[in-house]
Order: sequence, then structure tokens, then C-alpha cells
Amino acid sequence: MSVATQTMKKFVNAPEDVVKESLAGLAAAHADLLRVDFENQIVVRQDAPVAGKVGLISGGGSGHEPMHGGFVGRGMLDAACPGEIFTSPVPDQMLAATKAVDGGAGVLHIVKNYTGDVMNFKLAAELADDEGIKVESVLTNDDVAVEDSLWTAGRRGVGVTVILEKIAGAKAEAGGSLAEVAAVATKVNDRGRSFGVALTSCVTPAAGSPTFDIGPDEMEFGVGIHGEPGRRREKLKPVSEVVAEMTEAIVSDLAPASGARLLAFVNGLGGTPLIELYLVYNELAKQLADRGLTASRNLVGNYITSLEMAGVSITLVELDDELTALWDAPVHTPALRWGT
Amino acid sequence: MRQWFEGSAVALHEQRDYLTQLDAAIGDADHGTNMDRGFASVVAKLEELDGATPPGKTLVLAGSTLVSTVGGASGPLWGTALRRAGRSMGDGETFDGAALALAFEAALEGVVELGAAQPGDKTMVDALEPAVRVLRERVDGGSTVEQAVTAAREAAEEGMQATVPLQASKGRASYLGERSIGHQDPGATSTVFILRALEQAVAERP
Repeated sequence: MSVATQTMKKFVNAPEDVVKESLAGLAAAHADLLRVDFENQIVVRQDAPVAGKVGLISGGGSGHEPMHGGFVGRGMLDAACPGEIFTSPVPDQMLAATKAVDGGAGVLHIVKNYTGDVMNFKLAAELADDEGIKVESVLTNDDVAVEDSLWTAGRRGVGVTVILEKIAGAKAEAGGSLAEVAAVATKVNDRGRSFGVALTSCVTPAAGSPTFDIGPDEMEFGVGIHGEPGRRREKLKPVSEVVAEMTEAIVSDLAPASGARLLAFVNGLGGTPLIELYLVYNELAKQLADRGLTASRNLVGNYITSLEMAGVSITLVELDDELTALWDAPVHTPALRWGT
Repeated sequence: MRQWFEGSAVALHEQRDYLTQLDAAIGDADHGTNMDRGFASVVAKLEELDGATPPGKTLVLAGSTLVSTVGGASGPLWGTALRRAGRSMGDGETFDGAALALAFEAALEGVVELGAAQPGDKTMVDALEPAVRVLRERVDGGSTVEQAVTAAREAAEEGMQATVPLQASKGRASYLGERSIGHQDPGATSTVFILRALEQAVAERP
């Protein structure tokens, strides 16, 4: 049974123009930080390429805003390649972005583990190699909701991607080499895990109807950012119980050292108000304290979304001194800004 | 070749919503729009060619266009398939059944290499692999190109129907686990539409 409120009600002109017109708005609002190359459909840091700095690019389907275009700017990404809604961008975009940000120190491709993203970035890296640009790729696959990695395309890249882009971006800004930036990026992914829960479905503008049906009293436990189903469908419960189960799923898989300092990231999936996200953070802080863990850094808000899906994801990254310092370093992008 | 892609584009446009619905059930609801956009771009690109372009070159151009316009997984997969097929055909001005069978084998090899999917994984390979196998058997057995392509299309349809009870283990549908059982794979379905268009193009060729 569909939820009655999920009809095709959107602020659009035409479904096929949504991505381009949204990019035009991003460019108009943040001309000081970035520019949009409409021919290649890429978002590029205003002062790219930065001579001698490793370039960072990422990309993926649109519909997850502010990821990735909202993370282009000083201390984070040099370029983003937005695909159609929930559809991987094409190698031509990634090659154009790679060329636009190559300041002579090589380029890091940040790829979320989805079949299409992986294939298109692979073809793009081959094309960049043909043009003599050094490229390293790092894959994010932090979604512990995917239990059976042997029989699936593997764990999906979700919330860790945001944290990784910030930390690797700081490493590049500080003059790290391509190998060093790739190493710290890999470290973030290795030390991070995520889990998401949805209360309603997203509605892609092209389909015009909910991607999945969910009852008014149900939640999808372990949902993906494109509405991929999770571990199970169950009845809605108080947030304290939901967050306890999410925390357990993450912590049992991450197995942090006792007394570990964590970056606790509570992320809205697009349709959940901030007041509820702070309820989730409140429960998460209690859960961590019960386990002797400390949230020494946090992020709360809508950063990796799934259109209008009501839902939340929790990401935990086990920090050390290096990661903490890089997280604290200045960043200036449309969606994340501090220290500057 | 051009007729094949024009036929494919018409079919994929007509079936766009159907493919998207199949994809919404077990994927992310973009397969129909992606394939429609890609093959429409291929037709537009091929219109720029003069009539004397060899079939192999046409295939390579069609494949490159798909890679450049579709995104997702189907763009690189079909793009690689057509480019490999085109390279296998070379510069010959025409092709016979043997060349077509070789080209399809090259296409399948490209898809399997990039996607790492095997028959039974509930992907386009479940339609393409039997089609390629039957095409080869019929061509070697002395069938005409028309007969061989028809048999290949029938094999693809059987493969497509056989995806219904399968549990996906590649691509986005794999996240459903057992919940992917009972749904027909959209990639295998679009493969059948493309082979139907080939069958028609072969039957109508001058």
C-alpha cells in the first residue's frame, strides 16, 4: 500500500531538465566557489586547477544533494560529476573533470561502490591514463546493511563518502602527494561504517511514483540511498529502539578499540526534519556512552540524501590524531564550511 | 546496422515505462529512461554518417555513443559490447553469419569482462549468453543469417523468462537478496528488445 502523500508533487519545469537547472542554480548561488561546465556537465572549483595540488573528483547519480556538487570548494572536492537522477555519470564527464583539476600532482577518483559508478570510473581512469594523467581511485563501501557481500555487488558506498571527501580534501590542501591522499582516503573508508533506515520512499522525477511501497506504520531497516531494500521491513518503533539497533549493527561490524574517539554523523535522507535528526543524535550519544565510546566530532544534517525520502543514516568513523586534525582543517564549500 | 539501431531505439522508447517499472521492482527505476536516451543518441549520431560506412565502424560508433550518453551500468556494458563487436567485424563492407557470430561472441566477452556476471546471476548475460551460443550453433549448422538470428532471439527470450525465479547476485538487484526472486530482470528484457530489432533488421535488409 502506498503512502497517500507520495504523489508526484515537485518543484520542476520538466523532469528531463531537473539536473541541468539545479546545476544552474548551484552555479548562480555559489559563483565565488565554483563554476559549472554545462557542456561536460561537471561542477569545478572556481580556481581549478590548483598548481601542485592533488585534484579530487567524485561523482555519481544526482538526487543525493548536496553530495557531490555541494562539496566542491577549498579543502574538499576540486570537481564533481553529476549523472542523471540515480544514474552514474559517464566516462566523458569524469575525463573532463580529471583534466580540469589536474594541477600536475595527479588526480584522485572517489568512487562509491555501485556497479555503474565503478564501471564508468574504470573506463574514465583508462582514458585519463591514455592522456598521461596520473589517477588513483578509492572505493567507498561502508553500508553494513548489506550483510552478504559474497552474493551481492558488495557493500554500498554511503555516508563515509562525505567524511572521506572532507578529510582527503584537507590532506590534498595541505600538500599531500597522490599516494598520501589516496592512503588517508582508504584509511577513512576502512575505519568507517554506516546504516540507514527509511520511513517513506523517494520519488524519481522520471518515474513520478514511489520507488517502493511502504505502509504508513512500517520502516525499511537498512535502506540504500536509491531506495534499495535493506535487511528487513518492520513496524515502526520508538526512535530509542531504532537507534539502538542501528548502533549495534554498526559497532559490531566496526569493532572500534575500547574508549575509541569517533566521528558521529547523523544524516537526513531528504524528508526528515532536523528536529528528528537531533532526536536521533541524542539517542546515538547515549548508545555510544553506554559502550564506552566517545563522539569526539560530529556532523548532523542532510548531506547525502535520497530525494524526498524520510529517513536517517548513521555513520561512525574511528578517528585518530591525523584524521581529527584533517577533519578540523578549514573547508569552504556550499554545504560544509568552517575555519574560513 | 542503422536499421537495427533505429528499430532498437523505437522499441526501447515504446517500452521505456515498462523497463523502468521492471527496474523499480528490483533496481533503481532508471533503466527505461537510460536505454531510451542512449539509443536515441545513437540514431542521431549515425545520421551523421554517410551510407558507405562499414558495419564494423557503425557498431564502434554506436558503442562509443552509448558509453558517452547513458551512464549507469547499461551504458558501459552495451557500449563495450557494441565496440567489441564492431572491432571484431573490422572494415569489411558486409558481413555474413560467421562474422556476426564472431562479433556477438566478442560482445559477450566484453560484457562478462566488465561486469563480471555469469549466467544465473540475473543480469543481461542471462539473455545474451544463450543468444550468442545459439547463434553460433545455427551458423555452424548451416542456417541462414535470418534463421540463426531468429533462433538467437528465441533463446534470449527463454533466458529472459528464466531470470524470473533467479536470485540476483550482481548489480543493484543483488541487494534484495531473496526478495529479487519473482521479478524479471530489466537488463535481460532490454536485451531481448534489441535482439528483436536485429531480427527485424536482418529480415528487411535489401
